[in-house]
Amino acid sequence: MTRRSFRVICCSVLGIIFALGLFAGSVTHYPYALQFRELPNAPPSALHWLGTDGLGRDLFTRVVYGTRVSLLLAPAAAMLATIIAAILGGIAGLRGGWLERLILASADLSMSLPLLFVLIALRAFLPLDVSPIVSVVATFVTLGLLGWPSSLRVVCAASRNLRQSDHLLLARANGYSNSQLLFRQVIPTLRPIFLAQFWISIPLFILTEATLSMLGLGVMEPLPSWGNLLRGSEDFSAMSANPWRLSPLFLLLVVVICFQFIFSSSEDLA
Amino acid sequence: MMRRSLQSSVLLLALCFATSSRGQSGAELHFCLHGEPKTFNPILVDDEASENIRYLTGGVLIRVNRQTQALEPGLAESWRVSSDGRKVTFHLRKGIYFSDGASFSSEDVAYTMRLLMDPQTHSATGDAFRSGQGRVDVQTPAPDVAEITFPAPVAGLERLFDQVAILSAKSPKREMSVLGPYYVSEYMAGSFVLLRRNPNYWKHDAQGNLLPYIETIRLDIQRNRDIELMRFRRGELQLINRVDAEQFDQLQKESPAVARNAGTGLDAEEMWFNQAAASALPDYKKKWFQAMEFRRGVSMAINRDDLSRVVFAGYATPAFGPVSPSNHFWFNSSLAAPKHDPQGALLLLSRAGFRLEGGSLKDSTGNRVEFTLVTNSGNTAREKMATMIQQDLSEIGISMKVVTLDFPSLIEKITRTFDYDACLLGLVNTDLDPNGQLTVWLSSGENHQWNPNQKAPATAWEAEIDKLMREQASLANEELRKAKFDRVQQIVAEQQPFIYLVNKNALSAVSSDIVGAAPVALNPQAFWNIETLRLKPSKEIGASK
Repeated sequence: MTRRSFRVICCSVLGIIFALGLFAGSVTHYPYALQFRELPNAPPSALHWLGTDGLGRDLFTRVVYGTRVSLLLAPAAAMLATIIAAILGGIAGLRGGWLERLILASADLSMSLPLLFVLIALRAFLPLDVSPIVSVVATFVTLGLLGWPSSLRVVCAASRNLRQSDHLLLARANGYSNSQLLFRQVIPTLRPIFLAQFWISIPLFILTEATLSMLGLGVMEPLPSWGNLLRGSEDFSAMSANPWRLSPLFLLLVVVICFQFIFSSSEDLA
Repeated sequence: MMRRSLQSSVLLLALCFATSSRGQSGAELHFCLHGEPKTFNPILVDDEASENIRYLTGGVLIRVNRQTQALEPGLAESWRVSSDGRKVTFHLRKGIYFSDGASFSSEDVAYTMRLLMDPQTHSATGDAFRSGQGRVDVQTPAPDVAEITFPAPVAGLERLFDQVAILSAKSPKREMSVLGPYYVSEYMAGSFVLLRRNPNYWKHDAQGNLLPYIETIRLDIQRNRDIELMRFRRGELQLINRVDAEQFDQLQKESPAVARNAGTGLDAEEMWFNQAAASALPDYKKKWFQAMEFRRGVSMAINRDDLSRVVFAGYATPAFGPVSPSNHFWFNSSLAAPKHDPQGALLLLSRAGFRLEGGSLKDSTGNRVEFTLVTNSGNTAREKMATMIQQDLSEIGISMKVVTLDFPSLIEKITRTFDYDACLLGLVNTDLDPNGQLTVWLSSGENHQWNPNQKAPATAWEAEIDKLMREQASLANEELRKAKFDRVQQIVAEQQPFIYLVNKNALSAVSSDIVGAAPVALNPQAFWNIETLRLKPSKEIGASK
């Protein structure tokens, strides 16, 4: 099977997963918060395809609705973080000098702050009575705004190399303006790095959101997300007794693998 | 070749003898503490890990039998409380020695009490004895007689001595010299505490054998309950003092013999509404939360049977009120059992002007009834309870949001800023006597969580609770005290300032290697009878290594 075929398969799988999330209401007829209290931790059956969680909620329904939340918001947060990293890292690497030192110092400062404490402090400023939707958007925006420094270092290093490269020198010698240099040379050259940072950030943000829900900053109950569904897998003993509750983890793996294949194939194609 | 074989045989024999002689020296019990002990000084104990070590090492004048809940003589052979409840006279056992060989006398009792009651010591144990202004007088008319006089009557005085481990007035080892069954032999911060049998312990069994039977106890410091359970399954630990319901359910399925359910425990889970005058809540919300019908309506809408069954796998019982039925003496058995009745809840709410409109409950001025329930993050059981309550309340048109906060932020909100609507937390009860809850019930108390630190009681029923609690605290007669506290329980059941949800069962895990274990509801539930526990021979020192 060729790489292109792999890419098509991965795109299809991702497309199906995205579609499931977008049309969750048509895919399942159970509300995601409905508790079947007589059936907590039920195994998969015709009524509940992936079984139920500890409160008797249909796990398939929650995974599908959780997909909507996570697959729409985690990429959005990753995009935000990557854009910030691309702009600041690109400027730092290409300009160099005091500007590079200033930007890298601010990234170091940002990285040295313990993320969880920053988020706890942010949570303290948020009112308690925000709706679950506002909470989830606030969570991912916060992640996007705080998640750029590590990507920035990578982008900065790559653009610094580019600044000293022969082909950029040649382009300058050919009379390219700054904007032409940026759009015709720099961005196309750094695109795989931007993409890599973007893909890497998605699962990272999904997992960070899971951690945040422990601090009251994540997606609030009863709204499901992959993050709070994955929280159930912290309890190893419960997982071994109810392995079907690992389905969100399986889905996360599939999504990350698909993203990786698409990314590597597009790199090859480029 | 033959010589080498002979040498091997001799070596093998020597090893066998070595193992055997170590085995004869005793046995080692292995279990976990769930945190670092903050102190080994029994006077300063205020955390669970230190409390457990105090129980294992401290000698007390009177011991509360955790099984019968009756008082038993300890270092005091007998005692007498004066009719006014201010003075207690102890007649001490003779010929008793501390673990380091120092002799025990009434001077040690006097030294301990003075230290305990010294305001500079800041002892939580000592605070329980403070009944009025003035100093505590301790007299030692004879080496085996100690008389302690308090400035005012102390209710339930004798029971309080269960927490007072006697210190040596003379020993250079100070608090490390003990009168209990074990002494602290080794401690490695963050890793373990090793206790050894006190060679001078005064108790013997019926056959005259020295107690305790077990030679050493190794207490590993392990916060992670999953790892603790895993080690128990592997046989590295022989006991888990407290197991949560989910873990217990799995153990029960795997090996029913090791999962020990001592029935309803003392601990309760409860929720309450913020009625603090200082809170910045809108007036209409304050009005809801201050309405008895609202609180009772919410209480009736909650399905406690489901909470017990789903969240605690059936190892909990719906809570009646502030006292668990396992507290045999103080529980008011005339209280009605809580019932789940959404229709009754709506009827009650309608009397207070609430009405159901298009699936939403609205108050008399048209405000939609919605509030936020906060609880501490990381506690799965509480998060599940909150989510179930959310669904229960939606059935009567109440919209409830659930917010989990880290513990410091939560404490800040419920004790300082009062920036919250309702809170769900648990009450850990270690004391059977209601005096242990004085700061909860007195309106001036800082733990009077729904409206703490009041200068004067905000409501008539709080004033009545204040009066009853103060009266019972100054009475020596237990029956009269019980009658007063029964009335307090009745008022709390009517007014529901705390909406009690469930009493969790006292669950523990005890390996079949332990002989004589009989877990109970009172802490330390699995090793309360440590003196008479034995380990099967295979668990002797060395054999399990």
